[in-house]
Amino acid sequence: MTGMTAEVMTPKEVETAKEAAIAPKFVTKGVDVYYAEKQALTNVSLDIETNQVTSLIGPSGCGKSTYLRCLNRMNDTIDICRVMGDILLDGADIYSREMDVVHLRARVGMVFQKPNPFPKSIYENVCYGPKIHGIAKNKAELDDIVHTSLQKAGLWNEVKDRMHEPGTGLSGGQQQRLCIARAVAVQPDVILMDEPCSALDPIATAKIEELIDELRVNYTIVIVTHSMQQAARVSQRTGFFHLGELVEVGETEQIFTNPKDERTQGYITGRFG
Amino acid sequence: MASDHIVKSFDDQLNRLGNVIAEMGGLAEVQLSDAMEALKRRDIEKAIEVAAGDQRIDDLESEVDHLAVSLLALRQPMATDLRDVIGALKVSSMIERVGDYAKNVAKRTSALAEVPPVPPAFTVARLGRLTQEMFKEALDSYISRDLVKASTTRNRDEEADALYTSIFRELLTYMMEDPRNITSCTHLLFVAKNLERVGDHATNIAEMTHFVVEGKTPEGERANNDESSFTVVRPAGID
Ligand SMILES: Nc1ncnc2c1ncn2[C@@H]1O[C@H](COP(=O)(O)OP(=O)(O)OP(=O)(O)O)[C@@H](O)[C@H]1O
Ligand SMILES: [Mg+2]
Repeated sequence: MTGMTAEVMTPKEVETAKEAAIAPKFVTKGVDVYYAEKQALTNVSLDIETNQVTSLIGPSGCGKSTYLRCLNRMNDTIDICRVMGDILLDGADIYSREMDVVHLRARVGMVFQKPNPFPKSIYENVCYGPKIHGIAKNKAELDDIVHTSLQKAGLWNEVKDRMHEPGTGLSGGQQQRLCIARAVAVQPDVILMDEPCSALDPIATAKIEELIDELRVNYTIVIVTHSMQQAARVSQRTGFFHLGELVEVGETEQIFTNPKDERTQGYITGRFG
Repeated sequence: MASDHIVKSFDDQLNRLGNVIAEMGGLAEVQLSDAMEALKRRDIEKAIEVAAGDQRIDDLESEVDHLAVSLLALRQPMATDLRDVIGALKVSSMIERVGDYAKNVAKRTSALAEVPPVPPAFTVARLGRLTQEMFKEALDSYISRDLVKASTTRNRDEEADALYTSIFRELLTYMMEDPRNITSCTHLLFVAKNLERVGDHATNIAEMTHFVVEGKTPEGERANNDESSFTVVRPAGID
């Protein structure tokens, strides 16, 4: 008669159970990366949880960008770069022969440190991706995608009356949000961001951070940042890299209040020798 | 002692915070032992001195607040550094409370000096010694980040609570025996309560040692032997 006792879960438990049931977006196992003879990543195993923000921190040159570029095969564009190990997106090996790299990069979008809008109009910056990926069937659909993408990127109100002016004419913070709109327009699953705020002032930074928080509902986000405060503010999980290794990964709050590894502790408290 | 931050002045500020806590703690220890001494010797002058001395502890607490806020705002401390700052804020307010208890004990000395002594005063003095030791040990554990000492302090709180409960009974008994005891016994009851609170704060400080070292306070409730809230003493012959 066990069926008689109803299992009652608190809303928090339900939430936790739901989260546990969702498989990680990326599973990476034993990733090694070499630039020619030089090893840049050693045996990195890290799961990127779905609909969470994962931040990657660590000293300059520790391999954060290298790791990020593995996730959408941007390293393919570097001749001397070799990537080994398992990188699975929704369970599928992204380095397998069957993987269409163009399609992969649409699913896993990227936003760079320096805003890099095309030297075209704001409108064209956003509609370019959907056009080449054949996401929109007609002009009306395209307009709609441009509109919603700019809205998601929190830029719509600022640009709606100047859609045909060049994207490069926007302020740095606006350009960065334009790049986010461009990434969002191709309806990706994942957005990778490599120091997206390092060229922005605190207000523009706050807007991007607010945006990241909103985007998390629909997207999985991985962000590389040199600002510990930013990692603490925007992410749910944090990974600390050092000399090409993933030293520690955990709940962001745990990493910043009570890290387990001496090296993490040294880095985040500013004691690195 | 904080050391090896890349930014040296960060170390300096953290160390300053630790030093002020140590100074506050030392002062509060002296205040407490002076208050107990004045009580024992019925020394009203000394008691007045103790009451006036509390201001210095309050000033140091403000200094800790100021230093901690500035550290939080300007350095954004993380991990152990963050816990150090939070620990300092909490411990300083606990020390400040202990200072207040010493002052309260001192204030009752003049009233107690005017009435004949009662035997429970000896048990109260014993509670005084016990809680002073606990307080000193707790401060030592905090300042030297010594978890073993912190655990010992925590374990002694039971003893303090039990002693307080027995003082409570003893005082009630004396009050019932002879109404002329009521004044002194009532004042002693407040003194005992203050001392019992010192024991509680010593325990809290010891728990902060665990927090700054390990990032969490110890699990599990401490055994509570303070049964005074439920204690009833019936006069002999009436039942
Ligand atoms: N295109 C490249 N060719 C050769 N070596 C490279 C290349 N890109 C990165 N490396 C090397 O790989 C290592 C990791 O670099 P990576 O850019 O991933 O570090 P990072 O953690 O992103 O650093 P930063 O915080 O400075 O951006 C470094 O030693 C770097 O010199
Ligand atoms: Mg980088």
